[in-house]
Amino acid sequence: MIVIDGLTKHFGPFTAVDNIGFSVARGEVLGFLGPNGAGKSTTMKMITGFLAPSAGQARICGHDIVKDTLAAQRTIGYLPEGAPAYGDMTPRGFLRFIARVRRLSGSEALTAIDRAVEATELGGVLDQPIDTLSKGFRRRVGLAQSILHNPPVLIMDEPTDGLDPNQKFEVRKLIGRMSAEKAIIISTHILEEVDAICTRALIIDRGRVVADGTPASLMARSRYHNAVSLTLGGQTTVQMAEKLKALPGIASIEVIPRGAETTFTLFPATARESDTLLIDAVARLARDENWPVRALYGEPGRLDEVFRSLTRSDLAPSSEKRDAA
Amino acid sequence: MNELLAVFRRELGGYFATPLAFIFIVIFLLTMGAFTFYLGGYYESGQADLAIFFNFHPWLYLFLIPAISMRLWAEERRTGSIELLLSLPVPLWAAVLGKFLAAWAFSGLALALTFPMWLTVNYLGDPDNGVILAGYLGSFFMAGGYLAIGSCLSAVTRNQVIAFVLSVAVCFLFTVSGLPIVIDFFSGWAPQQVLNTIASFSFLTHFNAITRGVIDLRDIIYFATLIGAWLIACGIVVDMKKAG
Repeated sequence: MIVIDGLTKHFGPFTAVDNIGFSVARGEVLGFLGPNGAGKSTTMKMITGFLAPSAGQARICGHDIVKDTLAAQRTIGYLPEGAPAYGDMTPRGFLRFIARVRRLSGSEALTAIDRAVEATELGGVLDQPIDTLSKGFRRRVGLAQSILHNPPVLIMDEPTDGLDPNQKFEVRKLIGRMSAEKAIIISTHILEEVDAICTRALIIDRGRVVADGTPASLMARSRYHNAVSLTLGGQTTVQMAEKLKALPGIASIEVIPRGAETTFTLFPATARESDTLLIDAVARLARDENWPVRALYGEPGRLDEVFRSLTRSDLAPSSEKRDAA
Repeated sequence: MNELLAVFRRELGGYFATPLAFIFIVIFLLTMGAFTFYLGGYYESGQADLAIFFNFHPWLYLFLIPAISMRLWAEERRTGSIELLLSLPVPLWAAVLGKFLAAWAFSGLALALTFPMWLTVNYLGDPDNGVILAGYLGSFFMAGGYLAIGSCLSAVTRNQVIAFVLSVAVCFLFTVSGLPIVIDFFSGWAPQQVLNTIASFSFLTHFNAITRGVIDLRDIIYFATLIGAWLIACGIVVDMKKAG
């Protein structure tokens, strides 16, 4: 539904987006990750037809965004960064305006507005000027606007930014509900969100794609992937770490004291797919030694660590993109 | 067309969503009245027509019209709603024209509310209502000219105050380009042809021609072309400045 190819944007001498290509199918939720200034928003602005690309193309539901802008834009619901709206309007008036622009007729418009208001729980503030609403409500007005015409393609620039945890949860639930029949792109720098709602994640850094895969495959790149984490209560001794390290198949060990507890992270020498053997060994050792175990689990990998290693490196690995395709 | 209408309605509604419309109309009517009756010496003139009233229009518009137009695009850019507007399936021309027409309709409303002046002259004497109607039409077209300029300059910046000051300055040049203040600068060295061209850009020249009761096609074409040209410029500026 969304096919991006070689998309590039220069601002004078500065290249904000450099030859980005990917596609999103119906049912996919693509998480767009990257540090501030990586080119996430610029890419979204090009996909939605706000900015003209310097090179490359974007096709939305078969419509080229440059040559057939309006037809492409009709299929998109877009939540721009910061969820801008007309502050002097009420949510009701604002949504009516959007409905008119989207060419929804009288009864269609009313149904669409009711549906969007219900989905975003705006009912209580429909007649207050948007300027007087809290950040969470303003964000939800933007969300309601973007889903009003039930678009096949949804593009959201930081949809949960500035929301409290409850609201974040609700918005994620909403995106999850809609995801089956839409192609969705969301940008975020909240990594847990990627794990929670995205079927695929794309990390971009300085305008280039540095990683593209499922959240699990990205986490598998983490050095924590398949590591075993053991948390013990009470006093810990140097001998404990020594004994853990002596277990077969352990390459190294990290010890992090936190309050009255201590967490040992054990890295296996060889990366195997799921290392239950190692967990068993640790569990046996802890039982035999009678250690006060508070927690013991195998790490799936840490997305934040992958994110940092990919976006901080001076040389972005250029092979990543080919891997993804 | 649908989109144009939607933008127009939203924009016009925007004036009335805040006290802006009310304040503007009240100030507009008060200053119109004050200028005509006190500065213009309406009663002393002993004439039952609206010539004095219309004489003040260019000068009042010079400050009041940029106050309407300054928010058209500057505010969209400041709040970021321009990104929303231009990523909706709204053609750029529809957005530019819709906003302009809304501002024009609003200024038309303010102008129409000066009808007590017309009632007054008709009560006091027996004026030529055709000339008065021409004056109103001319004034309306002139307001459109100022608005088109202001709309373009509002797209140049995200700061409404800068938009206002720029608009006043450019509108001033267009108002007085037929007066010695501008002509003297060029006379001496520029050929007569150039002087005539510059003078023909003056709002005053064309407006005064219309208020005398002669609606010359050339004056109408002048205002229509001026509005068109500035709106096209506005579209270009909006498109260029999107990234910033």
